[in-house]
Formats: sequence, C-alpha cells, structure tokens
Amino acid sequence: MYRSLEEICRTAAEKKMKFWEVIRADDCQERQLSPETSFSQMEAMYLAMKEADAAYDPTLASGSRLAGGDGGKMRAYVDAQDTVCGEFMGRVMERAIKMGESNACMKRIVAAPTAGACGVVPAVLLSMQEKYGFSDEQMTEALYVAGGIGGVIASRAFLSGAEGGCQAEIGSASSMAAGAAVSLRGGDAAKIAQAAAMAMKNLLGLVCDPVAGLVEVPCIKRNVSGAVVALAAADMALAGIVSRIAPDEVIDAMREVGISLPACLRETGEGGLAATPGGARAGERLRKDGGNG
Amino acid sequence: MRKPRGNGENMNILDIIGPVMVGPSSSHTAGAVRIGQIARKLLGEEVRQARIGLHGSFLATGRGHGTDRALIAGLMGLAVDDRRIPESFALAKERGLAYCFEAVNLRNAHPNSVKLEVTGVTGRMLEMAAASVGGGRVRVCEIDGLRADFSAEAPTVVVYNQDKPGVVVRVSLKLGLAGINIATMQVYRDARGGHAVMVIEVDQEVPADCIADLERESGIEKVIYLCMQA
Repeated sequence: MYRSLEEICRTAAEKKMKFWEVIRADDCQERQLSPETSFSQMEAMYLAMKEADAAYDPTLASGSRLAGGDGGKMRAYVDAQDTVCGEFMGRVMERAIKMGESNACMKRIVAAPTAGACGVVPAVLLSMQEKYGFSDEQMTEALYVAGGIGGVIASRAFLSGAEGGCQAEIGSASSMAAGAAVSLRGGDAAKIAQAAAMAMKNLLGLVCDPVAGLVEVPCIKRNVSGAVVALAAADMALAGIVSRIAPDEVIDAMREVGISLPACLRETGEGGLAATPGGARAGERLRKDGGNG
Repeated sequence: MRKPRGNGENMNILDIIGPVMVGPSSSHTAGAVRIGQIARKLLGEEVRQARIGLHGSFLATGRGHGTDRALIAGLMGLAVDDRRIPESFALAKERGLAYCFEAVNLRNAHPNSVKLEVTGVTGRMLEMAAASVGGGRVRVCEIDGLRADFSAEAPTVVVYNQDKPGVVVRVSLKLGLAGINIATMQVYRDARGGHAVMVIEVDQEVPADCIADLERESGIEKVIYLCMQA
C-alpha cells in the first residue's frame, strides 16, 4: 500500500490515471491478482455494505440494552420530511446509526476500516448512490479511493482506537469517505486528498471512551458525525478550498496526537464518557449482570 | 510501495475495506472466531469438549462483545461472517460440544488473550494459548505448553520432536526437496534433550504426503499442518 497521499497524486498525474486506478494497480501488484479479480472482490465489499444496510432490524437491542432502535426513530423522522439538515443528510445520519446498531447487535457488517466505525463509509456511499443514481461499478471505484486513503493512514499512523483513540477509527473512516465522495462527484486526485485531510482535521483529538468497554456508547452516534463531517469536507474540497496543512502532514498529526493520548482515552473504558457517573453506573450494572451482557 | 515498517505492515486493501464480519468488534469478535478455528484445525478433528480461560480484556468485556460465543463458533468451524455466531451456544448443544468458561491470569500475555483446552471426537487433546492483536488478526502464543508465535495467515507446519541434533536440518531438507520455501522458522523446547516444537511458516501449500513423510522421520513425534485457506 502507498505510504503517502502525495505519492498517489503524483502517480495519478504521471501515469494519467484516476486515483482509484492507482490504488487498484497497487493491489494487483501486491496480491498478484488480475484487475478483474481485484475489482470483483472490492465490489463484493460494496454489495455486503448494501446488504447490511437493508438487513437493519429496528426491534433489535444489544446484549447490554445500551444500543438499538435509534435507526428506526431516525428513519421515521426523516420520512416525515421535516429535518433540520434536509432529507439527504437525514438519510446519511439514519444509515450511519443503523449500521452502528447492527454491529452492536452482532449482525453482519463490513469493517471499514474497523467494526466500530463501520457506519461511516456506507452511510456516505449508499446515500450518494441513492441521490445520484451511480452504478455499483462507480461505487466500487469510490471504495478503492476510500481504501487507498485508509491504507496511507494505516502506514503513517494507525486505525485502532486502542492505539490512537477514536480519531484513528471514526476520523480515518471520515477521511476515507470524504475522498470517496469527491471522487464520485468527479473531483481529481488532489481534491480527493484535500477532502481526506479536511475531514481528518475536523476529528483530530477525538478520544476513545466506550462505556463499559463496549462498541456502543458513544461509538454508534460518532458514526453519524464521521459521515456528516465527511460530506462537509467533500463539499469544501469540491468548492476549491484547500487545507493549509498538507494532507500527509495532517495524518502525521493524527499519529502524534494519538501517541500523546493517555491510556484511559484509548479504548480502555476508563476515561471520558465511560468515567462519568452515568457511564460508570452502566458499567457497574453490566458487571453485576455477569460480565456485561 | 512496500513500506519497510509501520503499523500497516503486511496489510492489504481488503484489510482496510473489510473483512465482512459479524460485529461488534474485530478484535473481540472476529479475532475470537479465528482463534477457535485455529484450535479446531490444530486438533485436526471435531471438538467435543472445550475448557476456555479468558484473560484481560477478553475476560472484562468479552461477554458484551460476544467473545465467548465467537470462540465457540470458531471451534465449530464457523466463518467470521457466519450469521449463526450469536446463536453458537445453541448450535453447540445441538452438535454435542460441551464447553465451560473460566477466568485466568496468563503471565506476560496480551490483554486480549485466551487459553483453550480442547478434546476431539477420538479423544485427541490440545492446549493452546492465543491473542487477538487487532483488526481480527491473531497470534498463537503456546501449543501444548510449549511457546510458539505465529499468525496462521500463511500455511504453517508445526513439528513436535525430540530435542536432538539433525532434526531441524532433515525437516527443512524434506520441505526444500518438495519445492516448499520456508518463510519463517521458530524452534522451542522445554529442556535440553526434552520435547521440542518447530513452527515453520511456508510460502506454498504443503501436500499431505509430504506431511506424512515428515511424520515418519526418526525423532519426530507429531506433525500438524495448518492451512486456514483450505
């Protein structure tokens, strides 16, 4: 995988390729696959996201009872067509919550890049396909863009909350989704990198503080913010706005911030929201129930 | 584009977009399924009994993450995206797999660690300790009381032998003659001249006759071949 967004952009310019084509060519080289095989594997991931979205069940609750049902509330609210953010953003938020809840309820999802952040990329991509009528092939190309950005983040920093806090999970997912959204709207490689940078900048410093150590509170709702920030960053990049800090340096900053975070804010369930009286009570109740859940 | 170091090492794009898995956690759920699968493969037959010791974060938050159900699912050979994972306890009852869970404190172990003692249909037994190290990836840390350290991502040959001169060279020669390239090799023993184990990760799949051939070598007690792709 590539180690910098700059290198991807340079390769795209030199070889007159699109961002997604650069990423696919790298995958074919790395895993010794034909372009068709690589593409069909990536398309399977997109189809699995669609399937997971469709399989949402609003009657499910997680074992801890901390998660479930909010996707149904959001759907009903958006269906009534009176949302503050408008219908499109309403659907994005609805899908992000639904996927996060499905994950908490042990349903089948696509980790992208992680299970905890699995709602961000599909919320953005599925909603854009619905709005613009893109084909599954175009959506698969966008998924390569997301994967390429995630690969650079994995190389330069990290993708797990235990290593870098929530910015490494939701921040990375948002960065990936932002680039994918720009690509779908015809933005070039440079704009894709800018969108990825601006999304990451807006989530820099986000801590991982799961109540009772579970991937539920606040993870599910943070999928919503990751998706919304991704689309805002995409629109900024498409408007021609650029990050004053180079995209690769933004990723490096995420790494530095992550390393600086104390352990209690890196998925241990000992700080932040987990350590509030409410968070501690939920943790205690679950321990009494016999090892949470 | 091959980067010399960093956290993304050995990852590919389907580790970023993927895997398709049953939630909620790649380390506590998908990784736990994989550990169960590896124990089943190492045992080489259907599991009848399992005694499972949970350590660290697996113990503290495992139940809420479905780690217990994921381990049982893996022991029955279910895949990480199998929708039956949440109901694996009921499935185990149906299939006659008896299990129990307990709290353990493993020395110097990764926070997401588990110790498994499994017995198969013919009475074969295996003891294994493993850790889920993130993103659904795992490391096997101990087999039958002997240290080990492998991911099971590549085809892996585990050789149990007597600790005496010449065994390592004969094993590597046999593999070489079969056209199999060794990627990594580890050797461990409990005492000088005692029981030893070799863990060999290879680049090609190893044919069954080559494994059988290795087993006939003097000084070799048992050979296990692990190929999670097959």
